[in-house]
Amino acid sequence: MSRTGAEALVECLKKQKVDVVFGYPGGVLLGIYDTLFDADILHVLPRHEQGGVHAADGYARATGKVGVCFGTSGPGATNLVTGIANAYMDSVPLVAFTGQVPTALIGGDAFQEADIIGITRPIVKHSYLVQNVDDLPKIINEAFYIASTGRPGPVVIDLPKDVVASKTKAKCNGEINLPGYNPTYEGHPLQIKKLLKELSEAKKPVIYAGGGVIISGATDELVKLSEQLSIPVVNSFLGLGGFPSAHENYVGWLGMHGNYASNMAMTETDFILAIGTRFSDRSTGRLDGFAPNAKIAHIDIDPASISKIVKIDIPIVGDCKKVLNQINQYIDKFNWDKNREQRKSWIKQIKVWNTERPFSYKKSDKVIKPQFVVEEICRLTDGEAIIATEVGQNQMWAGQFYKFKHPRQFISSGGLGTMGFGFPAAIGAKLGRPDKQVFDIAGDGSFLMNMQEICTAVQYRVGVKVAILNNKFLGMIRQWQHLFFNKRYSYSCLECQPDFIKLAEAYGCVGLRAEKPSEVADVISESLKIDDKPVLMDFRVDREENVYPMVAAGAALNEMIFGE
Amino acid sequence: MRHIISVLVENHFGVLSRVAGLFSGRGYNIESLSVGVTDDPKYSIMTIVTHGDDKIVEQIIKQLRKLINTIRVRDVTQVEHIEREMMLVKVHASPKYRAEIFGIVNTFRGKIIDLTSESLVIEITGTKDKNKAFIDVLEVYGIIEVVRTGSVAIARGSKSTTEFTKQDIKNQEE
Ligand SMILES: Cc1ncc(C[n+]2csc(CCOP(=O)(O)OP(=O)(O)O)c2C)c(N)n1
Ligand SMILES: [Mg+2]
Repeated sequence: MSRTGAEALVECLKKQKVDVVFGYPGGVLLGIYDTLFDADILHVLPRHEQGGVHAADGYARATGKVGVCFGTSGPGATNLVTGIANAYMDSVPLVAFTGQVPTALIGGDAFQEADIIGITRPIVKHSYLVQNVDDLPKIINEAFYIASTGRPGPVVIDLPKDVVASKTKAKCNGEINLPGYNPTYEGHPLQIKKLLKELSEAKKPVIYAGGGVIISGATDELVKLSEQLSIPVVNSFLGLGGFPSAHENYVGWLGMHGNYASNMAMTETDFILAIGTRFSDRSTGRLDGFAPNAKIAHIDIDPASISKIVKIDIPIVGDCKKVLNQINQYIDKFNWDKNREQRKSWIKQIKVWNTERPFSYKKSDKVIKPQFVVEEICRLTDGEAIIATEVGQNQMWAGQFYKFKHPRQFISSGGLGTMGFGFPAAIGAKLGRPDKQVFDIAGDGSFLMNMQEICTAVQYRVGVKVAILNNKFLGMIRQWQHLFFNKRYSYSCLECQPDFIKLAEAYGCVGLRAEKPSEVADVISESLKIDDKPVLMDFRVDREENVYPMVAAGAALNEMIFGE
Repeated sequence: MRHIISVLVENHFGVLSRVAGLFSGRGYNIESLSVGVTDDPKYSIMTIVTHGDDKIVEQIIKQLRKLINTIRVRDVTQVEHIEREMMLVKVHASPKYRAEIFGIVNTFRGKIIDLTSESLVIEITGTKDKNKAFIDVLEVYGIIEVVRTGSVAIARGSKSTTEFTKQDIKNQEE
């Protein structure tokens, strides 16, 4: 059956079981939009393309499905760039469709022409310029396949106006032809045996688990391994939720603002089993001080992540879940009694570190401590909410004081550190998981970067809660200026800001404010009653609170700075 | 260390820019890059000459393999191989010196492919070292221009240069 490229596109999206897309129309997309008008797919109109792509990202992180967004040629496409880079850094499956000027005009600086394939080349897993409408179904299939398999990532499909307007008979039959793309899923059995052998010799082993555990759905396998062998588990920042934080083997998260016990454990360990993680500089601290006495095994589906930063002794290329399963099957073949006593005292040591210096802050009944707000959100949602964050201090406190129970519960811009990500991501997450309470733990600065999306949330009745930890500062910047630039707060003070209550009212949603610690719980409880529109909560927090502990840039993990 | 990397790629839109961009974006060094289609017009082979320590070259290879349109990637310098580069050299050659230059060209097994009253164009093929030696010798006559293809390389023996699949090489590494 012959139909237009636009119709074929929508047909393929249905085939891919896409139920929501985030897009903003424009001249070259009109044909596609005309088709979307009748399609049985929820189309969400963000108020800025950046909001759309972050929402698709949040949707993908919360559900594990591929996020889909549209932007028109030129500025619509370039507005997607930050979101694409963000998804690339954090391995989020995303398909971004961009409009393009008609094929005959490409290269001539036509109105709203931008070489989006060229612009996004270093920040995509792959990209396509569709030159022939007959290729379109196959390209869409390939794009979804590439985005969601192996190490996930964003794929851009650039659609010239004439191509989507032409007729095609090409079927959406799932055809793909990717001879150069074959991710490895099973771990090499010899490597797995080698790993278990070395692990059985270890006296102070630790598992360092990253976002890959969540992406591959390997939480149960990880818990099983950790329990069977009594191995403590440290998360990376994006690994939060991948291992239940209330578990007795849970140590915490490592890195710049991670907890004392994790950073000490990573420094003193003699064997690291790294799973689905990429040794980011925020996690490792100064490299020559990172795990100086440890042998390191690394399971990752992306071979290029192995030995990229830290030399790996036992590389295992494969899917975290599959490989952990394989490991769990071999466990009985090894002798785990060798260092039983040393291992017991290692676990005891970690417990001591954790009781000595847990995440903490100076409590107050006069001024709202930002950490207290996060604790209260955790308490009042029973640790079950999906927590998106903005970037800065708010993000670190969310990671420190919300106690995550499940994978896909924590949605934060780790690799790119994109201010303005959290709110649209929370909208996407809530659309994907309407059964969940969804919070954006926000900074006042970050929230202003994509606050236009309040309108989107109101229009689609998305009940997200925005908890602004309002310090009237670019707090994390101010913290660095405090610590390293003699408290010279150069352009980090946000003295002018909107009245967030009136702002909420102007958009037709609910605004709440807490100025005293005693008001915090009431405000949160009030917000929890509302599920058909967004709620903005303005928490006036202690303005100059700092995030501790802190591993300063250039310091090793065990060289932490603590607050008073 | 100098490495020659052979990359078998699908002949798709933008592949060259993906490969070249990988090198510039990740700060890898590139001495030369040459591309041409293979006997099967669906594929091309890129020959990339790069410098770096083992860790960097390992990353380069892994990153190249990660590109969706690369089929095989091989560090040719790890196997017995032959490397060649072609140069076109334009040199001053007044009638007085012509015979001398002809002699040099013969010794290096080059070819004269253009001749004017004032100059010559020589085509020469060889290893990097040979080509450098040739330029050094011609220097005194006054070189007008040198245009080179960049190196291409092929493995010795009956296996094709990129025959090792991604899987083979992964297994080897493990
Ligand atoms: C788009 C973008 N611009 C700049 C930065 C640098 N930056 C990191 S944290 C931060 C301050 C964030 O302020 P706010 O959102 O109020 O959060 P707080 O630290 O006060 O909790 C800035 C400017 C960034 N991460 N992202
Ligand atoms: Mg702030």
